[in-house]
Amino acid sequence: MSDADASEDAAPTDREYAEWLDALADGGGFALVCPDGHGSLPPRRVCPECGSADLSRGALDETGVVETYSVVHVPSPRFADDAPYATAVVDFGPTRLTGVYREGGDAAPDPAVGDRVTVDVGERATDGERLVVFRPADGETGSGIER
Amino acid sequence: MTDVRVAGVGLTRFGDHPERTGRDLFGEAALRAFEDAGVDSADVEELNYGNFMGALAEHQGHQAPLMAEAAGVRCPATRYESACASAGVAVREAVRTVAAGDADVVLAGGMERMTNLPTDEVTEGLAIAADDLFEVRAGVTFPGAYALMANAYFDAYGGSREDLAHVASKNHANAVPNEYAQYRTEVSVEEAMDAPPVAEPLHLYDACPITDGASALVLVSEEYAADHDLDASVAVTGTGQGTDRMALGDREHLARTPAADDAADAAYADAGIDADAVDVAEVHDCFTIAEVLALESLGLFETGEGIAAAREGTTTADGDLPVNLSGGLKAKGHPVGATGGSQIAELTRLLRGDHPNSEHVSDAEVGVAHNAGGTVASAVVHVLEVAE
Ligand SMILES: [Zn+2]
Repeated sequence: MSDADASEDAAPTDREYAEWLDALADGGGFALVCPDGHGSLPPRRVCPECGSADLSRGALDETGVVETYSVVHVPSPRFADDAPYATAVVDFGPTRLTGVYREGGDAAPDPAVGDRVTVDVGERATDGERLVVFRPADGETGSGIER
Repeated sequence: MTDVRVAGVGLTRFGDHPERTGRDLFGEAALRAFEDAGVDSADVEELNYGNFMGALAEHQGHQAPLMAEAAGVRCPATRYESACASAGVAVREAVRTVAAGDADVVLAGGMERMTNLPTDEVTEGLAIAADDLFEVRAGVTFPGAYALMANAYFDAYGGSREDLAHVASKNHANAVPNEYAQYRTEVSVEEAMDAPPVAEPLHLYDACPITDGASALVLVSEEYAADHDLDASVAVTGTGQGTDRMALGDREHLARTPAADDAADAAYADAGIDADAVDVAEVHDCFTIAEVLALESLGLFETGEGIAAAREGTTTADGDLPVNLSGGLKAKGHPVGATGGSQIAELTRLLRGDHPNSEHVSDAEVGVAHNAGGTVASAVVHVLEVAE
């Protein structure tokens, strides 16, 4: 891994992750949920909390609540042109999601614990790779793939 | 079951070694450990070696046989990988092997080469200790993950950047007399507060440096120590390990480390002690907030109270419970695959009385070492006691 391209090439393709991102981009984000209500993200054959193999898709909440966040100033090569950027962990009902928090326009990202956000799929500024993006729920929200 | 004694410890200087390979670093640490132990390397029955990113940093996989050569031992040799807890798990298996009577002499430790990579590639290399699909691709870096935990902690229990700056200042002060430490310079709370941000709320002095280094321990059975008239006064009396969900977002709580709770409970039970008995601790402060989380998981402070420990002076060198008298990962340095072994080496020196900071714990009988991997998806805790 001598550069960002090499590390990107080294990243394995996971079909179920790609399909999950597709669903998220189409507004159909989901978690895998076991009979006990534990939510997790694909690929899964069993619930990581209880071991149940009886997993079904459960819709994510329409909006999520920011549980924690950080503004990253020193990025990995894959995010070199994205920094500074904010990451957040957001509770979306059956599961939490981790992603990049973006506000509209050129505003510096300034999330806070307890903020309500929506989720969709955006692109990494550095290389256009898709990633999970949160946006303020009460502001202008994008749809589908956009920067 | 037999008592496990630390017969000898060996460290390289932690820091930049731009023109030395990992095999040379581990060889130096191992030879120093044999010399310290007074044990013949021919008696070593197993080598347990920790390393995290050697394939990235040195283009070298399958390192255990290479390290056996470097140490001059011919015996079963295995590399252990558990991110920053790699050496911790290597030592733990060595302790269990000796305790079970399966070997009388085991060499354990680890090595990491990091400074030969540019900072952004080290950042990338460390990030792979997180979940690639749902964290790394979402922009989580290693400092970024601990920053998420820090803000979750502040939200749940209070505390501030300034409290964390006291942790940094304390550990830098502790490193000053330590001949093995990377940064032997004091850092004031004000300097730590004014440093540039890495991943807010963590700034430069909240983060451990990028480090090359190696650690080695010679662990022996009580019987071997007696038969060979070794000066091996410190025993490893407890070992424990815990595992949590890989991704931070999948944890029950974003500001606690249950894997370390489990490791501590198991290690204390193994040793037959309570947290109250602990006199001195070396904990995994890869970031200042990590020391706070460690103190709470080890039961040394109540949940939500670890944040004030350094500021109030409880964990400083002159406090009731000195923590990271070595300088910690923060100032001593963090060659990730060597760290778990170096913590036990430092604790052994502190308890034996031959550490430059031993004067601060002259009556100490019980020490605890806490080594974590990733955002504490892996944790290893060891209890060391003065046996004689
Ligand atoms: Zn379940």
